[in-house]
Amino acid sequence: MSYDLAVIGAGPAGLTAARVAAKRGLRVALLDAYATTGGQFLRGTAQPRLTGVDVLLGQRVWAVEKSAGAFLVHASTTVTAATLLVATGAHDRVIPFPGWDLPGVLTAGGAQALVKGERIRPGEEMVVAGTGPFLLPVAVTLLDAGVRVKEVLEANRPSPRMAAALARIPSKATEALGYARRLAEARVPYRTGHAVVAAHGEDSVEGVTVAKLTADWKPYAWRTVDCDTVAVGYGFTPQADLPLQLGCAFSGDHVVTDDRQRTSVEGVLAAGEVTGVAGAPSAVVEGALAVHALVGEPPPRLLAEKARLRRFARALELSYPVRDGWRDWLTPDTVVCRCEEVTLRAIDEARDLGAHDPRTLKLLARPGMGWCQGRMCGHAVARLTGHEPAPQKRPFAQPITLADLTLHDREDNA
Amino acid sequence: MIVFRFEGRPITAEEGQSIGAALHAAGIRSWRTTRFGGRPRGLFCAIGACFDCLLTVNGAPDQRACQTVARAGDEVSG
Repeated sequence: MSYDLAVIGAGPAGLTAARVAAKRGLRVALLDAYATTGGQFLRGTAQPRLTGVDVLLGQRVWAVEKSAGAFLVHASTTVTAATLLVATGAHDRVIPFPGWDLPGVLTAGGAQALVKGERIRPGEEMVVAGTGPFLLPVAVTLLDAGVRVKEVLEANRPSPRMAAALARIPSKATEALGYARRLAEARVPYRTGHAVVAAHGEDSVEGVTVAKLTADWKPYAWRTVDCDTVAVGYGFTPQADLPLQLGCAFSGDHVVTDDRQRTSVEGVLAAGEVTGVAGAPSAVVEGALAVHALVGEPPPRLLAEKARLRRFARALELSYPVRDGWRDWLTPDTVVCRCEEVTLRAIDEARDLGAHDPRTLKLLARPGMGWCQGRMCGHAVARLTGHEPAPQKRPFAQPITLADLTLHDREDNA
Repeated sequence: MIVFRFEGRPITAEEGQSIGAALHAAGIRSWRTTRFGGRPRGLFCAIGACFDCLLTVNGAPDQRACQTVARAGDEVSG
């Protein structure tokens, strides 16, 4: 069976697109790696029944190829579709610090997923640290789950640009105030210009070093805080392996689209965080707009809403960057690549040998060569070589077994 | 609730919960050590991106604990 539209990723963008497209009479397949729809944002919430959509769950899409005018979407099964909507979301962006590989250090998104999706308490006493407004809902989610949140640490300083952006979108301002009030009620300090610069413990986290940061994130005035778990998040990285495989144009780390979510490659649409991190409301609007690339004209209201939310996202991006001073948090023994256990010392040695870009560095010292394929260390490794982090080409978007490949051949040859 | 075994020890999990979350909630925070430094590893990203939480489920190696739903009777090891 061939579909009009295959939607990859069943988060806010993908769910909306699938629903709207089915309503418009398109034959739609919706694929997701998880056993339920919702993506990271809606995990653990009641999921709507989608009528007229073939929902294919537990499907880890590892490659997409164009063949005879149609797209072949390869997961455990292969789906054929005339057009493709990539709505694969993002994962936490992390930066290394001494002890960040100790069990008990979690990503901010991971800590939230453990509460929302898994219904467990990630720790008893926690510190939340990083940059960006996402730290606030994470801290509140943890508080609501009964975690004692000791501090929330925002590495950047308050930004006038952010304040102005908030003032233009009342719903966002109300949301931020709600989080601030909840933290204040629970007497959780929210400190800007602070970060967790080291985690300590034998087999698991027993405490962290917190430092004040200069505007460029150089640490000074250190102190220790006892805690059993840390949640760290420094923004998000779009999961853009599939559009990269297909040759879509990128700007920085995200896919470029027009006002109807069309990428530079004919028949390939993208919506949500993969087109630049802007949050769930923006993803919903873009999911709906993507359908209008196929049928009808986009309602002006949706276009205006998208523009408004994208401006807000731009203000966020400019207000919460990762600043260079984080390099001063590292010692020569700090692991930068968790998979291949590549330390800063090994990276510096490779640089001394002439590895001045991420790719040469990877060949010489192996950062990014392991299981995660640079998803965790890619940002840091690029920055350590003085390069802007760029999306990394991965011919396989997901690890697969040789048996999967063989099965795929059999299906194709049948 | 369902019960699976981690290196012989019974672990309870909620229906639909991942093996990684059930272990973490049971106070088991690491289940493998790294190849070179022998460093402990457990959950980190918890959404399938970092591959820190790999373990063996019913003989199948290199499964992501955070992406593998626990089933009654599963035999799990690091």
